[in-house]
Amino acid sequence: MESLLSLTVAGLFGISVYLLLSRSLVRLLLGVVTLGNATNLLIFTAGRILGTVPPIVPEGEQTPIGEIANSLPQALILTAIVISFSLFAYVLVLSYRAYQDLGTDDSDEMQLAEARSPTEGEAR
Amino acid sequence: MNQAALSPVTWLAILPAILPLAAGALAIALRGRLAMQRWFALLVLLLELALNIALLVHVRDHGIMSLTMGNWLPPFGISFTADMLGAVLALAATFVSLACCLYAFADIDEVATRFGFYPMLLVLVGGMNGAFLTGDIFNLYVWLEILLISSFGLIILGGTRLQLDGAVKYAFLNLVATTLFLIATGLLYGAVGTLNFADLVAKAANYPHQNLLTVIAALYLVALAMKAAAFPLFFWLPASYHTPKFVASALFAALLTKVGVYGIYRIFTAVFAGGMGFVPLTLTWAAGLTMLLGAAGAVAQHRMRPMLGFLVVAGIGYMLLGFSLGTENARAAGTFYMVQSMLVMAGLYLLSGLVHGARKTVPTSGSSASLYDDQIALAILFLVLGFAVAGLPPFSGFWPKFALVRESLAQHLGWAAAAVLISGFLTTIAIARSFAATFWGASHLSEDGEQPGPQTSFATLTPILAIAALVLVFGLLPGTLYGLADGAARGIADYGPYVAAVLGAGP
Repeated sequence: MESLLSLTVAGLFGISVYLLLSRSLVRLLLGVVTLGNATNLLIFTAGRILGTVPPIVPEGEQTPIGEIANSLPQALILTAIVISFSLFAYVLVLSYRAYQDLGTDDSDEMQLAEARSPTEGEAR
Repeated sequence: MNQAALSPVTWLAILPAILPLAAGALAIALRGRLAMQRWFALLVLLLELALNIALLVHVRDHGIMSLTMGNWLPPFGISFTADMLGAVLALAATFVSLACCLYAFADIDEVATRFGFYPMLLVLVGGMNGAFLTGDIFNLYVWLEILLISSFGLIILGGTRLQLDGAVKYAFLNLVATTLFLIATGLLYGAVGTLNFADLVAKAANYPHQNLLTVIAALYLVALAMKAAAFPLFFWLPASYHTPKFVASALFAALLTKVGVYGIYRIFTAVFAGGMGFVPLTLTWAAGLTMLLGAAGAVAQHRMRPMLGFLVVAGIGYMLLGFSLGTENARAAGTFYMVQSMLVMAGLYLLSGLVHGARKTVPTSGSSASLYDDQIALAILFLVLGFAVAGLPPFSGFWPKFALVRESLAQHLGWAAAAVLISGFLTTIAIARSFAATFWGASHLSEDGEQPGPQTSFATLTPILAIAALVLVFGLLPGTLYGLADGAARGIADYGPYVAAVLGAGP
């Protein structure tokens, strides 16, 4: 189970790196969202998959009985999902607005802020 | 369970993070009342400054202060731990934010206020203080994201085409950097099983597979170097830092990269103290190249704000060199440089806004009047701050650079000492060129792609004057700040008191 998940994580990281290396903003966005999901899955796998019961104390007991699952990775992932989701939403809107205003979704053609001479950047 | 009564003073460890966050939420509720919002933000930041001073004094007199959330025993609950390094940096960051807040009275117009400049400023301050005072790596990641979210809002404020372009680069690269940080954190948790700094100090050193930790260290190094804008991962900074509002640029240049440097100082001393492996050597080279390329880039720039962006990068080199040399003196110098760089870079960016505003009023055709005749106060302030960043003797940049050269030579790293000196020389040239072009040259140089700058007024001049005065004080009397920086360096050299303060909070 763990090796299968590890392979999935590796595959997702490969896909996201490939997408992040492209010039189109849409592919960059897909790369970012894949990267976020690969990371969450990685935290999940790193926290060990044991097939044990949830950490709930049975009625009448003071402590849980037997081996219990580690709930911390899930708490970490939950936080990370919320954050990466909100940031993805921001980047999505930003990219759309940049496409509208700059007229391109090719990051190589967005050279406005990196103009070499004082006049070059203001011409367009 | 930890039943020891919590003395009220312990709250000081977390209040600097909570207060601005809560105030930011309240400021959003006040969004209809624009005039009230700015005074509210100023008031909160004054209170925050008082809290930070109280925290620093307490940490200096009574040692490290720790507070663990929710009555869970320390390795499990999230700890807020204020040691010397965190407290000094939090105080410096709050001071800079206060100065920027006052400047924003003139720079931030009604539209930008309506789009939430002040709430984002307050959340940024909360994120800074949280990042400096937290004692847990995952929590550090969360504060980094809070910083990132508010900086995303600040960089786009105004919505011009130039800003959109800068924001796209800034957003994607920083998003990837924080995700790398999260990946490293997930792997570290999988390996060692804890994320609390105090707990990690012992557990990571005793972890049987140190090679695996070296891989995680490499991931942290890449993520934090990207955040800090170190060689070769700094190109996003000069591409984006000159596009937002002047006060937002100043906040970014002063604060955001320093959090990356702080992360390197903290994580590589607490977590990887046992086996840093290749990290110090890599960092030394990266630091040398960062300061050289940053200074060379600054010389190559014609315009003031892009030039300042490269100076921010050059400054990162000194801080990283201070860390990678490994001795207590060098780390004290690095910390000193971090604090003075926060002040100086904020001052220079704020000043560039005033210069830009003053240019518009100077007659453009036929007149021989240069900006120097018109605004001599600005020229003097620019020289004070510029010489501080170049490290010329009466100003604050001199002492840490002097210490770095001495420490490099003591370790037979002649090329590192040479890099510090050459970079300082190039920075002096860049500052002098910029001074000549701005204040003596033709005053009609158009910078139409940029935002209009604010006018010189009480609100804009006071923060720059205060910063310049502090720079002068730290230059003439370096002992006060050096004492604090030395305490910070001692704190990250020996984590004994830190661990005792966090884990000793139990029964």
